[in-house]
Amino acid sequence: MEVLNEYGQILLILAIIFGVFMAWGVGANDVANAMGTSVGSGAITLKQAIIIAMIFEFAGAYLAGGEVTATIRKGIIDPLTLQGTPEYLVYGMLSALLAAGTWLLIASIVGWPVSTTHSIVGAIVGFAAVAISVDAVNWSKVSTIAASWVVSPVLAGTVSYMLFKSVQRLILDTEHPFENAKKYVPFYMFMVGFMITMVTLIKGLKHVFKDIGLSLNYFEMSLVAAAAGLLVALIGGAMLTRVKRNQAIESEDRFANVEKVFAVLMVFTACAMAFAHGSNDVANAVGPMAAAIATIKSGAVTAKSSMPAWILLVGGVGIVVGLVTYGYKVMATIGTKITELTPSRGFAATLGASATVVLASGIGLPISTTHTLVGAVLGVGLARGLAAINLRIVATIFTSWVITLPAGAILSIIFFYIFKAIFS
Amino acid sequence: MANPILSLFGHSPIKPLQNHMQTVLQCVELLVPFFQAVIKEDWNAVEKTYNAIAKFESHADDQKQDIRLHLPKSLFMPINRSDLIQLLSKQDKICNTAKDIAGLMLGRKQIVPKKIAVDMTAYVKSAVAVAIEAKVVIDELDELIGSGFGGREIDRINRCITKLEKAEDKNDKRQISLRSKLHEIETSFPPVDAMFMYKTIEAIGHLADHAQSAGEQIQVIIAR
Repeated sequence: MEVLNEYGQILLILAIIFGVFMAWGVGANDVANAMGTSVGSGAITLKQAIIIAMIFEFAGAYLAGGEVTATIRKGIIDPLTLQGTPEYLVYGMLSALLAAGTWLLIASIVGWPVSTTHSIVGAIVGFAAVAISVDAVNWSKVSTIAASWVVSPVLAGTVSYMLFKSVQRLILDTEHPFENAKKYVPFYMFMVGFMITMVTLIKGLKHVFKDIGLSLNYFEMSLVAAAAGLLVALIGGAMLTRVKRNQAIESEDRFANVEKVFAVLMVFTACAMAFAHGSNDVANAVGPMAAAIATIKSGAVTAKSSMPAWILLVGGVGIVVGLVTYGYKVMATIGTKITELTPSRGFAATLGASATVVLASGIGLPISTTHTLVGAVLGVGLARGLAAINLRIVATIFTSWVITLPAGAILSIIFFYIFKAIFS
Repeated sequence: MANPILSLFGHSPIKPLQNHMQTVLQCVELLVPFFQAVIKEDWNAVEKTYNAIAKFESHADDQKQDIRLHLPKSLFMPINRSDLIQLLSKQDKICNTAKDIAGLMLGRKQIVPKKIAVDMTAYVKSAVAVAIEAKVVIDELDELIGSGFGGREIDRINRCITKLEKAEDKNDKRQISLRSKLHEIETSFPPVDAMFMYKTIEAIGHLADHAQSAGEQIQVIIAR
């Protein structure tokens, strides 16, 4: 208790610095993975991708990021075991941020494809289990999270598989693919609009509605979401009328004009992807930061503390800054090097991945956007949609899991003892 | 930096495979001017054309090796890997045969009897036509993937294969008639020359066979 009174200010500043550092890391690396496929398929330019990412990452973080943040903040650790020593929670969360941030930095330099989510979860579990006590970890929640890391790529793969199969059935394998593309693509746009609005209504605007005394049941919410989806489809439909069929390019590739239609759709799925990523991954930075700040401010570990909105805001800003200062470079590299992905496939992969991530955000599960997207691309591949996928990446990802979890854990344990030595 | 999204996408072998077939066809098409030069007994031009054929053939070999090197087993493709490698070697056989034919003719300074010159030219052209039809089929490969192995695209490929088979059939018929014409005059020139003439005719037939077999490999690929 005295520790928090004495050093509260310093710890608060440290929490914000580490949190922003982590958010910057998410923006610098992760966003590029989420948006790279859209740039690579040629549907949107790098500049457009950055603008979309800035707006929708932020919106996703702010409107739908609360649930995952809550999980990271107070779901992994059982707060009751820390009631006597609230400062340990602060040290621990600071250590987790620093450990995950450091580990991501090392991994980026060495070139390992690690996930921010896995680093932060590994770090939190690590300091809690070793430095506090094994009972401090909410193991049932942790095992749910671990299971979701396997389920999310599989689910995304399944959704993408079905999406691409529907594209084959409805558009590509028909007499007039171009006309059918124009006819059916607005339906996919509707799905994008519906999905994002629904998650925002259920998770994001809950508190806003409570404040103004408005409450919607699920049926009313789906009506609103349907209206939003319709609006998106109408806007998209208007954009589609500008896509004209150019016979000349069809001699080279008969689906060239069809792909132009899908490129318009991909603008929308790229927005969905950025929104989904913001809603899930901002928590990696904001969750530990919020936990530390709440404990410092109240001087005690409380399970029911509400989180100030400005913390989500800081996380969102951090992500955008990371994107603008460094992430765009990574995005450009990925974008120019992925040439095999056409918009009709890119859309299926991004929509499948973003739907899965948004769903996980809704139930408060921190998952890896990158791994989910990899699963989604594999799904399109299984639908015989892609010419060549390098399966070695699956092994690489698996190895990075095996390394990342203990690495995050060990680093955070070390940092925890350092903080403890300094402040206590 | 090993980016997981980046390293996920392998290089598609389809375009390189089609480029290889393009080289093969460029090589095979030279057989037409080659035989014209032979018929004219312009040995300078024959040698020049032979060198051009050999150059394309060696270029095709390089392409073939490059494709094989970039087909790691970890690549997940909608097309069976060994089917693709087989297609590649079938394509390669076409231009190998072309080079063999030209090499044999040049080496022996083989003369095409005037009486069968017209038929010979037509026969060579019909063999080249088979290779052209085979290339049409192979050029559908990217569309096949583009459509996600759609039934319509498969129908289209099957129609192309029917055309390929017709071309090969035509070549077969020409071979039979050319052989019987050669048979009528075979005693009018040295027996060794006659024997090699038969051999050349047979080799040109093989070239068409290889072309057909390469095109039909696409059927194997579809039927996975």
